Formats: sequence, C-alpha cells, structure tokens
Amino acid sequence: MSKDILSARNDFPILSSQVNGFPLVYLDNAATTQKPQSVIDAISNYYSTINSNIHRGNHTLAIQATDAYENVRKKVATYINAASPDEIIFTRGTTESINLVAYSFGEAFVKPGDEIIVTQLEHHSNYVPWQLMCQRKGASFKVVPFDENGDLDLEILADMLSEKTRLLAVNHISNSLGTINPVEKIVRMAHAAGVPVLVDAAQAVQHTLHDVQVIDADFYVFSGHKMFAPMGIGVLYAKEKWLEALPPFISGGNMIDQVTPEKITFNVLPFKFEAGTSNVADVVGLGAALDYINSFDFQAIQAYEEDLLDFGEELLSTIPGLKIYGNPKRRSAILPFNIEGIQHFDLGILLDTKGIAVRTGQHCTQPIMDALRIPGTVRASLALYNTREDLEQLAHGIERIIRRIRS
Amino acid sequence: MSQKPSVKEIEQNLIDDFGLMDNWEEKYEYLIELGQDLPEMDAALKTEDRLVKGCQSSVWFDIHCQDHKVVFSADSDSLIVKGMVAILNEMLNGQPAEEVLKADLTFFETLGLWHHISSQRSNGLTAMLAHLKLAAADCLK
Ligand SMILES: Cc1ncc(COP(=O)(O)O)c(C=O)c1O
Repeated sequence: MSKDILSARNDFPILSSQVNGFPLVYLDNAATTQKPQSVIDAISNYYSTINSNIHRGNHTLAIQATDAYENVRKKVATYINAASPDEIIFTRGTTESINLVAYSFGEAFVKPGDEIIVTQLEHHSNYVPWQLMCQRKGASFKVVPFDENGDLDLEILADMLSEKTRLLAVNHISNSLGTINPVEKIVRMAHAAGVPVLVDAAQAVQHTLHDVQVIDADFYVFSGHKMFAPMGIGVLYAKEKWLEALPPFISGGNMIDQVTPEKITFNVLPFKFEAGTSNVADVVGLGAALDYINSFDFQAIQAYEEDLLDFGEELLSTIPGLKIYGNPKRRSAILPFNIEGIQHFDLGILLDTKGIAVRTGQHCTQPIMDALRIPGTVRASLALYNTREDLEQLAHGIERIIRRIRS
Repeated sequence: MSQKPSVKEIEQNLIDDFGLMDNWEEKYEYLIELGQDLPEMDAALKTEDRLVKGCQSSVWFDIHCQDHKVVFSADSDSLIVKGMVAILNEMLNGQPAEEVLKADLTFFETLGLWHHISSQRSNGLTAMLAHLKLAAADCLK
C-alpha cells in the first residue's frame, strides 16, 4: 500500500516549526528540500550503531557499514533503472558529478577545434565546468538558446550538432524557469549525430521520469539534498563503457589496484572514481530518502505536484502587477515571478517576516536572467509536502506587501 | 540650515524610533518609509560608474567633498536598500570626513535589522559604508 501524499507533511519535523513567529511556509525546495524523520534517524543510527571505514576492514562493523553503503548503490541503481550498480558513482553532489565528467571526459576525448554544447537554460554548475574545460582544451563552447516561452530552440540544437561536437550537456528541468526539457528527444537527436549527452537531473529526479535507460543518457547527475537526502551526497550515473574509458578525476586511496613507482593500475568500477574515505553516513541517508520516496506511488506524486503547480500558477496570476516568467510547454514545481515596482530582494525579505521562505535573485542562472533582461526573480518551488494552503499563504503575503507598500 | 546633530545623537533617535516597532514586518515597513522619504536622486547621476559594487540590488552614490564634509545623494532600486541608504543619509550626509571614517555598523545591530540584513551577504550595507569611507579619506587630503 502506498502512503497518502497528504500525510507527508507530518514526516518532516521542520515543517511544524515557527519562523519569525509564524508557522513556516517552505517554498524553497529547488534550493534544497527538507528531510523526513526517517532520513534524520538513519544518519544518527548509522553513527550510533555501525560507523566504521568501509571497503578496508574485516571486522564486523566495517562489513556492516560496507554492506549498508553498497546496498544504497543498488537502491540508486534500481531507482534510476541503471543497468548495473557499478554504473553508480557517489559524489558530493551535482556540481562534483559534472566537474568529474568535464575533467575526465575532457582529458580523454577533447582536443583543439572540438565543440561542447550546453544550453542557455543551465545552472552555472552545468555551464562553467564545460566553459573552463573548453578553455583548457582549446575547444569551442556553444550555447543553445531558449525561446520567448522558455523552451529550448531544438532547431538551433539540430544545426549545432556536428562531427566536431564531443558532448552535449543539458538539464532535464530548469531550476530557474521550471521548463521540462524533452530530454528523450534531445538525446535521440544527439545520438543520431554520434554525440554523448550529460543530463543534469538535479531538479528532475524527484519530480518526473528518472529512468536512465528510457532517457538513454550517457551521463546522468543529481544531488541527494534536493530529494530529501542529506547535503553533501550526490550521484554520477554513467554508462559502463564511458566509466571504463574515462581516467579518474580524484586519485588516492581505494581507487588503486596496483601501485609502484613506475606504474599504476586502477581499481574496478565503481571504485576507480571513489578515491578517499566515502561519506558513508550521508549515503545511508540517501538510501533512507529513496525508501521514503518509494513509500509513495510515484505517479501519484507527479499528479499531486502538477495539480499544485497549476493551482499556484492560477492563484498568482490573479495578483495585479505580478508577472510569471516563461510559459514552457511543460513546467515542473517551479514558479518564477516578479511584481511591478517591488524588487525581488525586497519581496523575499518581507515574505520572510511572515515565515514564508522563497528564493530571490539569479538562482545561479545568469545567462537566463540576461536573456530575460531582468536582475532576478522571486522563485517559489514545490515539493510533495507542500499544500494549496502554502500557496494561499504566499499569495496573501504578497497581496499584503503590495497593499502596504502602495499605500 | 541649522547645525546637523552628531552621528551619536542621530543614532540614538533611530534606535528609539525602531524600538517602537515590535515585529520584523513593522521594522521593515518603517525602513521602507524612510527610503520613500529620501530626497530624489537626479536620474542623470544614476550612471554605471556611480554604482556600488558588491550589492545584490543596484545602489548609486554620488559623493562630493565640501569644506572637509562628505556630501552625497544616493538611490537604490530596492526599497529596503533605499531605506538603509536613507539611514546613512540621515547619519552621515554633511558630516565631517573624520566622523564618516569613524562610523561603524554595530548600530544597525541595535536597530534589530542587522541580523537579517547582514546574513544577506551581498546586500551591500558593508559595501556602501566602505564606499563612503573611501570618499571621506579623499576628503581629508
Ligand atoms: C539544475 C541544477 N543543476 C545543478 C545544481 C547544483 O547542485 P549542487 O549545488 O547540489 O551541486 C542545481 C542546484 O541548485 C540545480 O538546480
């Protein structure tokens, strides 16, 4: 039996807290989600019962900790439908996963005159690492623009893809506009041109389709902390053939098979990419977060969040002077807006005085703000524990601020 | 124009005024009101080179030195930052350069606004004060 989504709120202790004297209305989920009690307990239980260094000791705790860690690798593989757990690499988060690929792929496959394609909808962390790699390797950096609705211009992408293209990096869902990009189609287009694709799923893995084989992504990356898991843990999925072909990013203990002054051979996958002591406790926390998500029917989560987004979009649209940015074909869990005559920064601070948490600014997507010719937006972003009431509180808060400032 | 009160006297008045507000919302609303009463800055002065760097919002300062006093006009596109500008205006505009150089921000802490505003690293209060101090230092030459 799947859990009822409306009961989710009760699982998150922070959601019943007060901020500035008001019950917390948490609408900053695209930045990070809150953690259910089960995740908090998993981390604390790990340290209270089995903490030890993994893959090294042969004492009981080391074996238990290793098992706990490796079980989560299997859970992640199942969650995203990877062909094998060996295709799952634990990292600190999306940013590190992308840096790993940008570095290792660049070392192995990119030479002067080659091209890397990203999009104008990327978070800086799926933009800057590629830009820097292009500078190092003498490659050109190409950017697919988005149109007035906030959808990527796929015709331009089709034109850009060529025999010079080494890789395409694209997000599944934009953290700034909420656009759901048609990644399956984009991957098909790229593969037809012989180009591998990295999909940044930081905003997607918890909200929408997350089957790497259906998407057919070569690389698929996400952060635990945006899906109810702790901060400091993330995932790089890559098809095995790529992981075999890429050189390591970080080197040290655990990733080595043989080492002499003359020669090094690397450990098997996935260990080749996990040098040093792993963040075991947070991997265990990620496992608990996946169990938590799996306790719901995922399609019910999707339907609930879509309904909530439609409700919020309609509600905010009724506020005079409020402009919602983008009108993409499909949008997920994110509402970016501004109010005429009130800066995003001011609105964020004033909403906070009522316990309403939203994000304001550029959201690490300066290319998007530049294209829209605005300094920033207010962004309300949803998770499965949000309710219509949260959105009503937001709308009331905004209306009150407008009234007070205009009076 | 009558003699401008000292920085300390102005600080005490502001502390008294803000002390009357009992929650964050009222404090911010009062701050915004102060900003709305700030004398208009000439639009022609809002140029790129008068922008204060390090702020999340745009803040312009046009600063002059008159008889070793620091005189400025300023504006921001953020109502809250404009309120902070208004406080700096009330405290420091027309003060002797030595006074401006001695000014510190601990007084915002007393207003009860410091915690909120300073945690927004890039709000620019620090940047604005640094900007005024640089001009004050030039004024002493
Ligand atoms: C689309 C997208 N990509 C990448 C990132 C970076 O994630 P992290 O900071 O967890 O590495 C984020 C986080 O804001 C994001 O939304």
